[in-house]
Amino acid sequence: MTTQSPEKFDFGKVDKIMEECGADKSHLIAILQNVQKEFTYLPIDVMTYIGTKIEGLSPATVYGVATFYAQFSLEPKGKYQIKCCDGTACHVRGSMPVMNAIKAKLKFAEGKMRTEDGMFSLETVSCLGACGLAPVMVINEKVYPQMTSDAVKIVLDEIIAQEGGK
Amino acid sequence: MNIDIKKEQDKAQELIKAQGFRVLVCSGTGCMANGSAEIIKKFAELGANVSTLSDYDKLTVVPTGCHGFCEQGVLVVLPDQHTTYVKVKLADVEEIFNSHIVGGKPVERLLYTDPKTNEHVQKNDDINFYAKQTRTALANCGKINAESLDEAISVGAYEALYNILNENNPDAVIQEVLDSGLKGRGGAGFPTGLKWKFTAANKGGKSYVVCNGDEGDPGAFMDRSVMEGDPHKLLEGMAIAAFSIGADEGYIYVRAEYPLAIKRLRKAIAAAEERHYLGKNIMGTDFSFTLHIKEGAGAFVCGEESALIASIEGERGMPRPKPPFPANKGLFGRPTLINNVETLANIPVIMRKGAKWFASMGTESAKGTKTFALTGEVNNTGLIEVPMGTTLREIIFDIGGGIRGGKKFKAVQIGGPSGGCLTEEHLDLPMDYESLAKAGAMVGSGGLVVMAEDTCMVEVARFFMNFTKNESCGKCVPCREGTKNMLKILEKIVKGKGELKDLEVLEDLANTVKDGSLCGLGKTAPNPVLSTLKYFKDEYIAHIVDKKCPAGVCTALKTIKIKEDLCKGCTKCARTCPVGAIEGEVKKVHTINQAKCIKCEACLKGCPFHAIVQE
Repeated sequence: MTTQSPEKFDFGKVDKIMEECGADKSHLIAILQNVQKEFTYLPIDVMTYIGTKIEGLSPATVYGVATFYAQFSLEPKGKYQIKCCDGTACHVRGSMPVMNAIKAKLKFAEGKMRTEDGMFSLETVSCLGACGLAPVMVINEKVYPQMTSDAVKIVLDEIIAQEGGK
Repeated sequence: MNIDIKKEQDKAQELIKAQGFRVLVCSGTGCMANGSAEIIKKFAELGANVSTLSDYDKLTVVPTGCHGFCEQGVLVVLPDQHTTYVKVKLADVEEIFNSHIVGGKPVERLLYTDPKTNEHVQKNDDINFYAKQTRTALANCGKINAESLDEAISVGAYEALYNILNENNPDAVIQEVLDSGLKGRGGAGFPTGLKWKFTAANKGGKSYVVCNGDEGDPGAFMDRSVMEGDPHKLLEGMAIAAFSIGADEGYIYVRAEYPLAIKRLRKAIAAAEERHYLGKNIMGTDFSFTLHIKEGAGAFVCGEESALIASIEGERGMPRPKPPFPANKGLFGRPTLINNVETLANIPVIMRKGAKWFASMGTESAKGTKTFALTGEVNNTGLIEVPMGTTLREIIFDIGGGIRGGKKFKAVQIGGPSGGCLTEEHLDLPMDYESLAKAGAMVGSGGLVVMAEDTCMVEVARFFMNFTKNESCGKCVPCREGTKNMLKILEKIVKGKGELKDLEVLEDLANTVKDGSLCGLGKTAPNPVLSTLKYFKDEYIAHIVDKKCPAGVCTALKTIKIKEDLCKGCTKCARTCPVGAIEGEVKKVHTINQAKCIKCEACLKGCPFHAIVQE
């Protein structure tokens, strides 16, 4: 995963993604998904680039699609992307205390969902389909079942320790 | 045809026999989270090093799809020994191996314990959770290796497609689907056969089959289980549909939140194409069917068929007015058949066992079986499949094993954010489209979230309204603005700032949103509010008039207090409080500064003398 300063995007990578997905407007969502995998988010410049390169698209259309779907983020995400499920089953079994524990532990700045050091970012998702294990949290690809506010602290402490503390 | 399916089945069954001692380990999303990958590895290691396994020459560990009993994961099944082990941890593997697999003696402590009788149950079919189920769509989930085409073929995959291609009569297939009485399992409940007939009427040019795997209802995961556990059944269902309506290309639209389902589907498509069960000239006939996977990007509204089509085309997933229906003008402007995952998974079974068999299950107006995702405050959470018309009581109390922790049943929310909340008085209602609609709920995709006495219904209504407000695509003003304003009112009420006249406005808004929206999302978004207003009005009144939350959930209406007679002044609570709201000296009664208290209940949970209570 790469985090780059806003000015230095490797548009070669974007070209490659467009080529792999097929540079057609019907593949826009797949292209954006792969761009986000590469950059952790959708930089405005990259969206503009895609919007001017592919026939039948405009930067505005790309921006429209990017802001429509919950999966896309216009802000950089953390090295560890935490998804906290707040689907019905998780909600009924206490996903809010889990969410609050994450927020309390990571101390995000006002209005931000990413820690200042870029290590963690947090988002809520509406259902991960693991309702039998509610409440569920996912960090990158790993699913953590039956979370509690205490368990959150243990999991996050482990990651912080792995990263050499902070 | 260049394939003889009977021979293929024999070959596949031989392969399974050659596996020797089979150990099935659930590898659905749920059990994977509980560590099934390590358990599989350990079994394989132990199996490789043992020279004698009484009747078998070797041991094979089979990673299967979801068994549905996620609560009890990781599930390990020894099929030939009719034994199911539950809550298996890595540390238990050696004991199962030595005691049961080598020694022939079951490990009692890892068997399922019936919560009612407290007795161990060894056989899968004797576990209450499974005993009352009838599995059609989910029949093979948990019984076969989800990533093996041969295992799928050994239990009948592609047999129906083979017979259909042999007979070469598409209209007869559509008639069979019509006769079965199968209705769309995604929510709307439209007769599947009719949809096929309408699309087939436009035969001639290019047309498409689309599978709707955008299972957006929070609390529903049956489609995920089919895609993860028995992907070939879905692929076969799509191929049969394509043959009947004359399509040669198809799309499976899957939520991006289901990475494992996407992975297994891709693998299944590649394997089926390689052996000519899909792709060009299927089984050596003229029929070709190419399948693509499209990953969704997180929008609930894309479960609506016209929005889903827009999303496949790479646009914002916004619904459009119908007609024209997708059957006439769908994907890329061509006739398109859209069916849900569960609907399509029923097709191969119907074709194999016959429409009559399928129609013999269920009720007069709702045939066959339906899967339900049973979650929330119930003992056995998981995925179940029962004949249509089964009552809520059987589902929640027999299969679900009743409410957790001995709590009292309060309500069950059916059909996701579009559904409604039903109460005690509806427990004997048969689960079919009409009875539920009459009671103000819907079958929907089949999510059942059970709520106990400590769930606040107003808060639940707020939760769903928050969901639909976020997911409204914004096209229709009544939905976009109406859901926002309804949410505002509900937030006001749970904060204890509601007024009685808010309830009237709420109801008025609900009806406007219902009448003034184009698609199912808006039309059904007010359901949770309307049904809770109907059945739990007293809770709304308690919040508004008495400024109390009867379930003790709404933070703004809670007060945390220290009981003077019980407090020993140990100072533990003062040290635990994250905001420093508790004051007091050692060995003297402590007090909570209500202005500072954030009602997190950390003090309450930690007090060794139970001196802290919530009022």
